[in-house]
Amino acid sequence: METTKTPLQLVVNGLLNENPIFRLALSMCPAVGISTTVMNGLMLGVAVLFVQVCSSCTIALIKNYIHPRIRIPTYTLTIATWVTVIDLVLSAYAPVAYKAMGIFIKLIVAFAIITMRLEVFACKNTVGKSFWDGIGMGLGFMFGMVTLGFIRELLGMGTLLGHDVLGFRPLLFFALPLAGFFCVGFMMAVFNYVELVFNRMKKKAG
Amino acid sequence: MERILHHKFIALLAMLLMTFLLFSGCQSGHRFVTKTAFKGTHEIVITFAAPVDENWAKDISNYRVYEKPDPDIQLKISSVGLSADRRTLTLHFAEALNQDQPHMVTMSNIMSEGKSVGTAFVKVKKLYLGVLFSVLIGAMLINNFVFTKYLGLCVFFGTSQKKSTAVGMGVTFTIVMVVSAMMSWALYQFVLKPYHLDYLQIIVFIGLVSLSVQAVDTILRKINPLLFKAFGVYLVLVIANCIILAVPLILAENEYNAWESLMLALGAGLGFLVALFLMSSARERLELANVPPTYRGLPIAFVVAGLFALAFLGFSGMSIF
Repeated sequence: METTKTPLQLVVNGLLNENPIFRLALSMCPAVGISTTVMNGLMLGVAVLFVQVCSSCTIALIKNYIHPRIRIPTYTLTIATWVTVIDLVLSAYAPVAYKAMGIFIKLIVAFAIITMRLEVFACKNTVGKSFWDGIGMGLGFMFGMVTLGFIRELLGMGTLLGHDVLGFRPLLFFALPLAGFFCVGFMMAVFNYVELVFNRMKKKAG
Repeated sequence: MERILHHKFIALLAMLLMTFLLFSGCQSGHRFVTKTAFKGTHEIVITFAAPVDENWAKDISNYRVYEKPDPDIQLKISSVGLSADRRTLTLHFAEALNQDQPHMVTMSNIMSEGKSVGTAFVKVKKLYLGVLFSVLIGAMLINNFVFTKYLGLCVFFGTSQKKSTAVGMGVTFTIVMVVSAMMSWALYQFVLKPYHLDYLQIIVFIGLVSLSVQAVDTILRKINPLLFKAFGVYLVLVIANCIILAVPLILAENEYNAWESLMLALGAGLGFLVALFLMSSARERLELANVPPTYRGLPIAFVVAGLFALAFLGFSGMSIF
């Protein structure tokens, strides 16, 4: 079934309603593992955005030629190809950031969010729609990563993008990699709370 | 009955082969040198088949020692000790030795009872079983993939609601992990590396993982339908777990050999099983607890996982052997 949403709606949908990290709870590993600084979150967000858009467009382009029984392996190989591209490009042009992210760039292949979008959206829609859906999902992921990175870098190190903002370190605990678990948990609770309040308001109004 | 015996025979053969391979790694390379070993942090102990001459043994210029990867850097020997029966030689070094690397020792013109028995070129390394054991425990507890490397979280949170599910997932995952890791290790070492196709590793490894999941699925369905009924549902989920891809990548990066690869894969699988079991035990209790509505479900699970990760931080920096 083809979607009737406009490009803007698709992007907003990825950013808020179906935010990959806080709403769909997919691709949790990078959200916990390397969202320690804004920069890390931004870099991985860009990489995921690239892979998501490219593989969504590729699948939307060739969707009529894929036999339904081998669609999942086809998705996986398409994603793996684009991940190889971004992996080689990043290791050549941004070696420092590449080292900081370690194995996570290669593991984009296994991020459930990308396969899920191909299965749910790209194989049923046109290239243009899939492009905007990919942009929305990629931006949503980037938004989640940067938010987590912002909170953790500010509270843990007192800096933002490497610049000293606060002049002291409020909670060094948040700089530890494992604080990602707590951080993601708190953020999800905040999103749940917003939804709860929103629903209550809607009930009162209606 | 006959079939069971047959299986036992194969298992016995495999074990014999394994022990043979393990112990063959510890022999020294010269007929006159019977044993070499590290002692403490600064010493290498060498045992000879017959007594050696004291004059020869005390001359430091007779020895050359280096770490196997860097033959150009000679390690400085500060003193040499000889036991009373003149069979055991202790080389004392000025700096602590990096015992993770094998060391090569050259002893020129070994003199025994006034005669030269030739030059010996021997290897010194840690007890191999010890190395393997430390790789296993390292992957399982010290560097647990879930709690200290933050991998495989989607499946981890998805299947840790009940103990039975957790055990099923953990066991299935361990089996597939070992099979696919060994396959990808062999493919990387014998095909991708010799032909300089390293850049294809992501595509090849993910393909191999799907292939081995499919293979385990088919074989299990035929051989043991009962087991398949219990564990078959988890097989699909295994592919969605990033650990299964991370382990081959780590193996390729660190150039592990076959036994170390096996131990790392086994450790990763068992570590995932341990993490799942711990988490599911906690989450079964959470069902009965009075959790604030905004935290119900995933958020509280994340906080609990964070507490487990804090506990696992206690293992960090631990070293065995």
